[in-house]
Amino acid sequence: MTGRVDPRDLAIRALGAVQRAAALLVGDPQADRTVPPTGYTARLTVFTAGAMAFLAVFAIALSLATGRLADRWSAELARTATLRISAPVDQADAQVRSALTVLEQTPGIASARALTDDETRVLLEPWFGPDLPLDALAIPQLIEIVEDADGYDATGLRARLAAEVPGAVLDDHTRWRDPLVAAANRLRALGWTALLLIGAATAAMITLAAQSALTANAQVIRVMRLVGARDAYIARAFVRRFTLRAGAGALAGTAAGMLAVALMPGGDDATGFLTDLGFQGAGWLWPLLVPPLAAIVAFVATRSAALRTLRTEA
Amino acid sequence: MDQRAKEDPRVIELQDVAYSYGGAELFAGLTLSLAAGSFQFLTGPSGAGKTTLLRLCYGDLRATAGRVNLFGADAQAMTRDDVAMARRRIGVVHQDCQFLDHLPLADNIALPLQVAGRSMEAQGNLDDLLAWVGLTAQAAQLPPQLSGGERQRAALARAVITSPDVIIADEPTGNVDWEMSQRLLTLLVELNRMGKTVLIATHDMNLIRAAKAQVSASVLRLKDGRLQAGAAL
Repeated sequence: MTGRVDPRDLAIRALGAVQRAAALLVGDPQADRTVPPTGYTARLTVFTAGAMAFLAVFAIALSLATGRLADRWSAELARTATLRISAPVDQADAQVRSALTVLEQTPGIASARALTDDETRVLLEPWFGPDLPLDALAIPQLIEIVEDADGYDATGLRARLAAEVPGAVLDDHTRWRDPLVAAANRLRALGWTALLLIGAATAAMITLAAQSALTANAQVIRVMRLVGARDAYIARAFVRRFTLRAGAGALAGTAAGMLAVALMPGGDDATGFLTDLGFQGAGWLWPLLVPPLAAIVAFVATRSAALRTLRTEA
Repeated sequence: MDQRAKEDPRVIELQDVAYSYGGAELFAGLTLSLAAGSFQFLTGPSGAGKTTLLRLCYGDLRATAGRVNLFGADAQAMTRDDVAMARRRIGVVHQDCQFLDHLPLADNIALPLQVAGRSMEAQGNLDDLLAWVGLTAQAAQLPPQLSGGERQRAALARAVITSPDVIIADEPTGNVDWEMSQRLLTLLVELNRMGKTVLIATHDMNLIRAAKAQVSASVLRLKDGRLQAGAAL
């Protein structure tokens, strides 16, 4: 067996799938009427699909936000380092100048600059509050280092600083950048896992609702069989109903979820992850996939439940 | 006589058939043949298995042993779709009529045409049929609003709307008075004269006598798991 797929066969199958989907949407009003309207399962399906779609929107937002965060931390922190100089007050300025000289001479460093008092104050503000009297405190002087594309030799730099700037400690962020990026990546994976679980839970709940409807309509199934209806015909009325209900519920849930995300307070980089839990640019298109996916899940779940029930009741 | 029935002289055959349910054998070694255009009664005491035998005849149950042929094909080897297609050639009047209670009577009667994808034929056939069974005025009513006799006539109309080869009726006069049972019998005799094969399960001996006065009907009696032909009245 070569395992080659005939493109013509694929095209025919795709056309068949499109025709079936169109037939499902258009439906057969006469066939639909054979199944009586059941308020309980209808409401259950619409509510389940809506609630799950709402949660799915947040799971997508979480995954995208954590993805952005991991990328940003990974990219920004990988290119920067901090030099901390703890020296007696009378030697501090001299050590800072020496350190800057060393850094300027080090290949692989694009720029190096000492943080101003204002910048240091802003950094410490979350812990000490505003208007911190830096002059009265022995706060180490910080130097921000930005690497170029080639990077620098951290071991060599540390050895030179130890000789020429005794109060300098080089922090290349590796120690805390890796766990942060790993945590952000894990959050992103959790978000996608949550999406899968939401899809599976939706399928399970719609299956239960469909089975309940099939059981409640045992008489309808008996009559349809009596007059020569095939299983596919009987199943179609149930499948179409549940698919459209799930699609409608998911549409409402998605709209509510997107509105809730849009209304979340915005923030800048400094305010952190939670205020960044929104969609950006083309990211707003992702949640639009939720309603059709929910309808597909409902179609597959209801069809398999219906055919299984019809087979076992034969 | 119907052309298909002419080509297929034995429309339904059961050969050495057994049926067990829940470990208990209802009958075994049972043989029955329905010739095209025949009119047969199936009698027997309550619980003898008449309804089960009829269900085997229209493919609603599968025999646990033996062979069932529906229009020349082995029912045991048929797919579920094949059985559904065979059932379209058999009109069934069920003991308790079996309607979709949320649909008007006219829609219930047209249901076999609808599932067969022949909805376009429905309107003309439906008007004629409703007039034939005397239910034109009740067309828009729901089945629970009808009397027993009206439901039986409606079930008969639904059974014949696709012009099937065989009519199988399970106690069609069980819930109606004598006058109505005569009316239903007349309808079934008319169908038989049109070439339809008719099999009726009943324990109403008066109905059988009345039928024998109109058509050449044979009687089968199911008792103690055995089928006896030509049972005396």
